[in-house]
Amino acid sequence: MSTASGTTTGASKPASTRAKPANKAEATADWVDGRLGIYSLAKANLRKIFPDHWSFMLGEICLYSFIIIILTGVYLTMFFKPSMAETVYHGSYLPLNGIRMSEAYASTVDISFEIRGGLLIRQIHHWAALVFVAAMFVHMMRVFFTGAFRKPREINWLFGFLLLCLGFFDGFFGYSLPDDLLSGTGIRFMEGAILAVPIVGTYIQMFLFGGEFPGTDIIPRFFTIHVLLIPGIMLGLLVAHLILVFYHKHTQWAGPGKTEKNVVGMPLMPVYMAKAGGFFFLVFGIIAAMSAIATINPVWAYGPYRPDQVSTDAQPDWYMGFAEGLIRFMPGWEISVWGGHTLNLGVFIPLMLFPLVLVAIAVYPFIESWVTGDKREHHILDRPRNAPVRTALGAAWISLYLVLLVGGGNDLFATHLHMSINTITYMVRVGFFVVPVITFFVTKRWCLGLQRRDKDKVLHGRESGIIKRLPHGEFVEVHTPLSQTDLHTLTAHEQPQPLELPAETDENGVARKAGVVTKTRTKLSEGFYGEGNQIAKPTSEEYLEITSGHGHH
Amino acid sequence: MKKLSARRRHPLAAVVVLLLALAATGGLYAAFAPASKAQADSSSQSLAIDEGKKLFAVGCSSCHGLNGQGTSDGPSLVGVGSAAVDFQVGTGRMPAQQPGAQVPRKKAVYNQSEIDQLAAYVASLGPGPVTPNPDQYQPSEDKVTNAEQVAKGGELFRTNCAQCHNFAGKGGALTDGKYAPSLEGVDSKHIYEAMQTGPQNMPSFPDTTMPEEQKRAIIAYVQNTNDAPNPGGLALGSLGPFTEGLFSWIFGIGTLIVIAIWVAAHTTKAKKS
Repeated sequence: MSTASGTTTGASKPASTRAKPANKAEATADWVDGRLGIYSLAKANLRKIFPDHWSFMLGEICLYSFIIIILTGVYLTMFFKPSMAETVYHGSYLPLNGIRMSEAYASTVDISFEIRGGLLIRQIHHWAALVFVAAMFVHMMRVFFTGAFRKPREINWLFGFLLLCLGFFDGFFGYSLPDDLLSGTGIRFMEGAILAVPIVGTYIQMFLFGGEFPGTDIIPRFFTIHVLLIPGIMLGLLVAHLILVFYHKHTQWAGPGKTEKNVVGMPLMPVYMAKAGGFFFLVFGIIAAMSAIATINPVWAYGPYRPDQVSTDAQPDWYMGFAEGLIRFMPGWEISVWGGHTLNLGVFIPLMLFPLVLVAIAVYPFIESWVTGDKREHHILDRPRNAPVRTALGAAWISLYLVLLVGGGNDLFATHLHMSINTITYMVRVGFFVVPVITFFVTKRWCLGLQRRDKDKVLHGRESGIIKRLPHGEFVEVHTPLSQTDLHTLTAHEQPQPLELPAETDENGVARKAGVVTKTRTKLSEGFYGEGNQIAKPTSEEYLEITSGHGHH
Repeated sequence: MKKLSARRRHPLAAVVVLLLALAATGGLYAAFAPASKAQADSSSQSLAIDEGKKLFAVGCSSCHGLNGQGTSDGPSLVGVGSAAVDFQVGTGRMPAQQPGAQVPRKKAVYNQSEIDQLAAYVASLGPGPVTPNPDQYQPSEDKVTNAEQVAKGGELFRTNCAQCHNFAGKGGALTDGKYAPSLEGVDSKHIYEAMQTGPQNMPSFPDTTMPEEQKRAIIAYVQNTNDAPNPGGLALGSLGPFTEGLFSWIFGIGTLIVIAIWVAAHTTKAKKS
């Protein structure tokens, strides 16, 4: 019977160059290919090669937690009422019975206690958000410290940076939505920051809140921004980010057979399909386990927001903690300018520093390529130690971020370390300026030390722990030479030379004066690659001389 | 009347008038005089004061002065009332171990009967807030009324207490090393007394600003926060987003990185060997 039907179809169809489909699946695939062209798409991409390293999977954590956030977020929107209309709670959570609250808060409490699986989904959504931003942070650090942001990937670095910033803000808006005491305090904080902007601050505040704080507009507006505007932009950026990863091909670590012109690894199909697919479930599993184990944002305990109430330990989610730190360590300066206008510097200066902290890391690729004059493509990653200044700058930035996090949590540090909150605040004020500088120098020295260690390993091999006594009585330790692979990997990196000032006279012998910019650039380049800022890697002559000469090395 | 006026020259008339006058003044006095302390004082009360004075002389007077008048090291105790003594000594804060930003809670040095004696002595120095009895500070045993108290108390707690003690009563930092202590495991009586007397850096909430029943509601809320199970799982200290951030880094991203290392380490071979 099957043969009969097969022949009928074959006869009715115009002759095709392709063989008759073997089964239903292939027939379906043929159908889809005829309309969407999936075969050529698959041919081009399924065998895409990716190199294997754990640090290349950090971006995947971001992607998967983002998917988890969207899935759980959709569930939450079905039950959440983004409204500030007042209602009296009479649900099953008795400690709130009879309390006046907004619809937004009441529906969040209902999601937690009335909706099946609601609390778990809420906690997955929030934990996944924290993990998402943390993963973006770690992923960004990986890209930074390995120099993966260099040409041709600067644009993708910016896309990633934008995703991080949008993640910060979307997280903040989400944190504000339940209209509990903590989120209301967060919105109040933001309102204060807006009000501190000279001249336009009050207008922006009135426009945003539709009147005086808190009004009735802010939650519905934040809802639209949180579920529609920012996720939409993020989704677009995410797709662009991934397309660029495909287009540029993945970076790889140095090693034998790996060059700037190839990618050594395994194909997407089937290896990475399986790995990435499995990893998605592992990420989902870990986040779900976290959500089942630990409470996050216990809105029922915070109570509904009322502008006359506040709780201590009012911090933002961790990623915004540095903004909180900026505000908390800033002295409360306030000046009055012409005509009695108050300029609230205590809030305005932190508000200006906030984007600067972020932009500092965003523009780094452009600064580095300008300083070093390096305009070539790079697909082989740097080991952090082989770019001491970059690594030190990155570490300094992280240390600054951490100092600000301490500042943002100064009250908890005070109570848990039994210190005075004032002492901690003063320490943060000093630390803001001092800690990054110290971190810079320590990290740079550390990197140089590791470079020396590499050089030593290449030239003398690994210490074997075997002590040999020579006939004339001398003791030596036997060193085992490294394998050719290790030798290659440890010496594969480039060592750029610093820029030099242009000759003092041009080709006609006319004196030429280098401008301030050129001079600064040369000086900075010297700082990156000059003498004492990188350890010259061993040459093959050095290696041969040492290994051939005397046997006991 | 005639009879009375006929006898007014009687030799005993003066005596009778005198007796009547005495009886009237005495009666009026008996009717209007305030109930004398001395009379109400049972012998056990004065005994407690005497005992308390002795304990005070040994344990407290070095800072508060022999008569509780205060010195440069400790404030005057005249008028602080027995409630303040019951709180300070009952929670182990007094006698203080050492001067500092704040005197911490510790194991009580005196037992309850000694504390009562000390309290009686200090109360005798001048009138002040009185140690409450259980029906003043115990929230209702009835489930429905108790739930009402918890809800009402939550609102009052968030308005009056949470800005220092945190939303779940876990305590918080104040300036210069001072702090609002955690309310975990604090006796209902001591919470009541703290509100009444305002120990250390805490403002006091006398009955005129916060009536008894509101104090009871707050106590009901604190008890509920301490005892009720947390629906979301581990509370992570109920310290807000800071500990959540820590948890998401250590447990969340930390575990995920370990898993990523594991996944990357277990890879297929490019060629079957």
